[in-house]
Amino acid sequence: MNKLEAENIYFEMVRGRAFEYAAKEHYMQGDISGFLHLDIGQEALSVAAVKAFEKGDIFSTYREHIMAMARGIEPSAVMAELFGKASGVSGGKGGSMHLFEPSHFFYGGDAIVGGHIPNAVGCAYARKLQGSEDGVMVIFGDGATNGGAFFESLNNAATQKLPLLFLCENNGYAIGTAITRAAPFKEQVKKAEPYMLTYSVDGMDAEAVYNVVREAQTKIQEGHGPIFIEAFTCRFEGHSVSDSNAYRSAQEMEHCKAKDPIEHFKAVLREKYLLSDADISTLEEKAQKEVDDAVTFAKAAAEPEVDALFEHVFAEEV
Amino acid sequence: MLYREALNRAYDEAMALDETVVTLGEDVGLYGGSFRVTEGLVEKYGEKRVMDTPIAELSIVGNAVGMAIGGLRPVAEIMTGNFSLLAFDQIINHMAKLRYMSNGKITLPMVVRFPQGVSKQLAAQHSESYEQMLCAVPGLRVLSVCDVNYAYHALKHAILSDDPYIFIEHELLYNKKGGVNFDEQLDPFKARIAKEGRYVTIVSYLKMVDDVMTAVPEIEKELGCSCEVIDLCSLNPVDYETLKASIEKTSRLVMVEEDHKTGGYGAQIVSWAAEELFYALDAPPLRLAGADVPIPYNRTLELASIPTPDSIAKDVIEWGRKNDV
Ligand SMILES: Cc1ncc(C[n+]2csc(CCOP(=O)(O)OP(=O)(O)O)c2C)c(N)n1
Repeated sequence: MNKLEAENIYFEMVRGRAFEYAAKEHYMQGDISGFLHLDIGQEALSVAAVKAFEKGDIFSTYREHIMAMARGIEPSAVMAELFGKASGVSGGKGGSMHLFEPSHFFYGGDAIVGGHIPNAVGCAYARKLQGSEDGVMVIFGDGATNGGAFFESLNNAATQKLPLLFLCENNGYAIGTAITRAAPFKEQVKKAEPYMLTYSVDGMDAEAVYNVVREAQTKIQEGHGPIFIEAFTCRFEGHSVSDSNAYRSAQEMEHCKAKDPIEHFKAVLREKYLLSDADISTLEEKAQKEVDDAVTFAKAAAEPEVDALFEHVFAEEV
Repeated sequence: MLYREALNRAYDEAMALDETVVTLGEDVGLYGGSFRVTEGLVEKYGEKRVMDTPIAELSIVGNAVGMAIGGLRPVAEIMTGNFSLLAFDQIINHMAKLRYMSNGKITLPMVVRFPQGVSKQLAAQHSESYEQMLCAVPGLRVLSVCDVNYAYHALKHAILSDDPYIFIEHELLYNKKGGVNFDEQLDPFKARIAKEGRYVTIVSYLKMVDDVMTAVPEIEKELGCSCEVIDLCSLNPVDYETLKASIEKTSRLVMVEEDHKTGGYGAQIVSWAAEELFYALDAPPLRLAGADVPIPYNRTLELASIPTPDSIAKDVIEWGRKNDV
């Protein structure tokens, strides 16, 4: 990663966190409703993985605001979607869990745990058929690796040598159930080992995530076939805004927050890329301003017309 | 007592009464259930009888079928109906059919609890209703509970019964308040007359019953007539007897459901009435249901996609005026 890339990743991590706090605040005020899954604590993973997987298609879950923005979707379009507005990236029909932008090769935002993994397999098949080399990245939580769709996908992707990167964000929990109570081991990468090349990485370290995803995409572009990466991370908040997080002890939370990926990467910027405190503040201020602007935009944006209810059920009217 | 507390009490009593009753599902144990229905059960009955499962709905129901074959009385919780689709093979091909295919040799005393419906802005993948599919499968008992008292009795009955039950709950009912008469003997297959009336029979189930009740004063005022409101409670079997008596009295039928109109459950009730009670009817039946669209996130669009107290009142009044009610 060069200095510019590093700065950019830091900027997006900070912007992501500011965005999530703003979303939480507006959820409390009633501007945003439904389920709101915050990515705070997991920014390094979300930003660095998306930035490293430079080209190619991305399928993700409901915890995807930061990834969508890292993919180039405007913060204002994401925030407006959370506000349910017509200018939201999904026209107000999808909300927090369903952000789609095919022009950026970003397909959700899927709220059925594991449901999008077979879709990514199919897309990888399409890309292979089309002769595209960039591949597909599918991002999911540790909880998604216990369902049938996951195992079927590993098998299909490996059998067909598809250009597919499986990225497991292991934050240790599926809502309130610890992964070790739902699987016989903590490392979900073990499930993929018989099928494909695998990597494990510290998901709190943006540089490490960036490097491993870059390497994997390069291999995929060279025709290697599917690869599995497990990144260990930690979410700072409850599963969603309505989850009290009571199943994690104060001590566990302290341990988790001590590994803050933003603090960690800030130190890297200083030491390795020689950024000054002023340089860092400039990035932080710019990030906050973009979030403030996104909120202003979302607030002022128009509601969808009621007629929109029947729009987009089908591509062709009969 | 709250609706969810009534369900919790039914679980608790059934588990105390019969030690073969077990429950399983995502977050039902240590977390207490995502809607707090199973709260406290793991502390009382232990992890062997209250099992947290991986996110694997097919296995949750499939394992419950096996537990029932093995001599237990499992109660499986599907966190919400949308996720149950992953388990539909187990529900339809195994849970519903094993008894019949085995010529009655296999009995499945089991329940699948099924929270569903349009809550608040959860978008299309968290808002579906599946009673139409579940009721189309012979071999399943399907209960759809609106009333708190009924919730307690019906769940306890289902858990202790020897048949496979689907127990549908609406996500917006969990915090509904109501009294429970613990000593009553309640027949869960009998429809509940939520309100007596003389000129229109309005049939519904789950949360829509409450929405109909909210709309009724306005309807009665505008049409100058009294409405009878029937809460079906059980969707399979249906208490046609209660329906017949009511429709013969009022000569008019309105069916209200939250689900999408095409293929919705209410089509069953209206087609039954057309077949059986055609000459008893003074007006064509009215069917109010959700729009045939995936449920949108935006609140205005979401409310436009399902019947609401306002739209129910408006539509029934309009129909009533057109049909000389
Ligand atoms: C098929 C299915 N089952 C259950 C749920 C309810 N649910 C939503 S998120 C979640 C936990 C998922 O955990 P994980 O995959 O580890 O992702 P994380 O939320 O930790 O990022 C559950 C059980 C769902 N959305 N889909």
